[in-house]
Amino acid sequence: MTQRWPWTLLALLGAYHGLNPGMGWLFALALGLQEKRRSAVLCSLLPIAAGHAAAIAVVIFAFRAIQDFLPLKSLRWGVAAILFALGLYRLFRASHPRGAGMRVGGRELATWSFLMASAHGAGLMLIPVLLAQPMLVMHHSMADTMPMPLARLSIAAIVLATLIHTLSMLIVAGILAILFFETYEQMGLKLLQHTWINFDLLWAVALLVAASAALLF
Amino acid sequence: MLLKADPTFYPSPKLASQAPAESLAYVAALNANGSERPDALLVVDVDSKSRKYGEILGQVDMPHAGDELHHFGWNACSSALCPYAPHPHVERRYLIVPGLRSSRIHVLDTKPNPKKPKIVKVIEPEIVAERTGYTRPHTVHCGPDGIYLSALGSPNGEGPGGIFALDHYNFEPLGRWEVERGPQYFGYDFAWHLGYDTAVSSEWGTPNMVENGVNPELLLGGKYGHSLHFWDLRKRRHLQALDLGAEQQMVLELRPAHDPTKAYGFVGVVVSLKDLSSSIWLWHKPNGDGRSNGKWEIKKVIEIPAEPADPEKLPPLLQGFKAVPPLLTDINLSIDDRFLYASCWGTGEMRQYDVSDPFNPRLAGSVHIGGIVRRAAHPAKQGKELNGGPQMVEVSRDGRRVYFTNSLYAAWDKQFYPDGIEGWMVKLDVNPGGGIELDRKFFVETGELRPNQVRLQGGDASSDFYCYP
Repeated sequence: MTQRWPWTLLALLGAYHGLNPGMGWLFALALGLQEKRRSAVLCSLLPIAAGHAAAIAVVIFAFRAIQDFLPLKSLRWGVAAILFALGLYRLFRASHPRGAGMRVGGRELATWSFLMASAHGAGLMLIPVLLAQPMLVMHHSMADTMPMPLARLSIAAIVLATLIHTLSMLIVAGILAILFFETYEQMGLKLLQHTWINFDLLWAVALLVAASAALLF
Repeated sequence: MLLKADPTFYPSPKLASQAPAESLAYVAALNANGSERPDALLVVDVDSKSRKYGEILGQVDMPHAGDELHHFGWNACSSALCPYAPHPHVERRYLIVPGLRSSRIHVLDTKPNPKKPKIVKVIEPEIVAERTGYTRPHTVHCGPDGIYLSALGSPNGEGPGGIFALDHYNFEPLGRWEVERGPQYFGYDFAWHLGYDTAVSSEWGTPNMVENGVNPELLLGGKYGHSLHFWDLRKRRHLQALDLGAEQQMVLELRPAHDPTKAYGFVGVVVSLKDLSSSIWLWHKPNGDGRSNGKWEIKKVIEIPAEPADPEKLPPLLQGFKAVPPLLTDINLSIDDRFLYASCWGTGEMRQYDVSDPFNPRLAGSVHIGGIVRRAAHPAKQGKELNGGPQMVEVSRDGRRVYFTNSLYAAWDKQFYPDGIEGWMVKLDVNPGGGIELDRKFFVETGELRPNQVRLQGGDASSDFYCYP
């Protein structure tokens, strides 16, 4: 393993996604408070993580599928253009899936999380990391010394990337949800009210940064 | 766009009840001379430390005459914090003000100058009808994923009434809300139990049944609305109808518990054909367990009797009955779900009930003002007989102050107060343990501008819905 930074970055992005109340920890907390059970918080987090992982994996696999047909340069420009457009859109509109509610089972939670992550471009945000050279050669056996033709991401790399990202997201989301759940009696949700920074804006900026990164690395 | 969540959005009713006191009240006012002069939105100073306390600070005239302003609401509120569709950085900023008669919807921006809101958008009636199939918009609620309005009927003045939504960002009408309406035909008010993914709607009558005044024939025939409807909020489908019985005429204001884990609420019935009494009913889900697919049930918990009266003091409509009905036209529930206020527009009484035990309300306070027969005065103007009676009532977030106004609906005002209602708005001070008293320093006379619903700056007891207990 020559370079670790792409993996670290994937984990950090996972933590960042986990931090966003719109990605699920808040939902898990609300369901726990509605049912007055800590276990409801934890049980909700798993399908939320599964939905998030699915959204990430779908995007990466789609990316892998078109890798074969497009030269690296076009890929970079394409990814940057999509990220840029999504980032701009999200600067002005915070859309979210309709038809969700507070009485949801595991499958509905996973679907919600999948839609939420997809609509926010959570998976797309990771693509620039995957485009980075170390990632592409990492599992390319016997990397030759020729000027690099674009190597395909191996299945193992995709699975590992999804897992690392999601696990990091789950840990951060879990800590936040449980922290709020445990302090609910004393503090209510006052902390939430005062610390809820504009994640939609931050998210849009992150997408724009990712767009630039796709071109730079 | 805000960098932090709008400070007037509260995750829970508990936090909302700790909010600072309001300093401005917005009041929708109908012009008694509506054929010529436009209705208006009034801005009233409710800051007790202000030199202009109890005065009208601003008036925004609508662009056309004859709208019949009635109920209205905020574009966004605490429901924006709901976890499945969070967007806490939109602002509680715009007032959505529909004309109940004209079906025109006005959007007013309160941010640049809260004392003088500006009309920034007008949705014409044709657009509303074309996009939604509905007319006569009534209740406005800020929902987790859009702005919702109820409507009394269709463009031809018949039913069905229903619910439609406006886009959160550009206020464009999005279409009718119901996917499947079941037996529901009449519309009026609606409310949500967000913790149970349930919507509730109530029944008045079609536009043709109400716009020329109450029709005694229809009323005595039990033809006005007398049912409640429960809906699946996510699938937008009718779940269950609860019929209170045809003698219970006009099932109007819905006030669900603010605590999203509680599955109950109160609804007011204007008049019983049996004895002209008004009543308040409690809808609830037995065991309060939202996980069960149990049915909703309803029970009468409060009855307010009619008062015998000298027929000479009664309008023609009531003379035959020799009694004045309470005509319960509005109720409101404090954010802590402890006190319920009941407006008796006919008898001129505002009642306060302690509903800590919702099944066994206890009368905790009462104030007399106005009334068809009583004509009770306000302490600020002893000796001046007042007409109209307690009607739209609003409770401050902390539950310490209650505001109410005296006009109902132009065509009905005329039938019950033929001498012509002169507008007023008053305020009650609430004793934390129960009991109410008129504030002697707060008596707003609005003359020919007849006030209806009151909305408080930063939110009030009926403006916000919550997703966290």
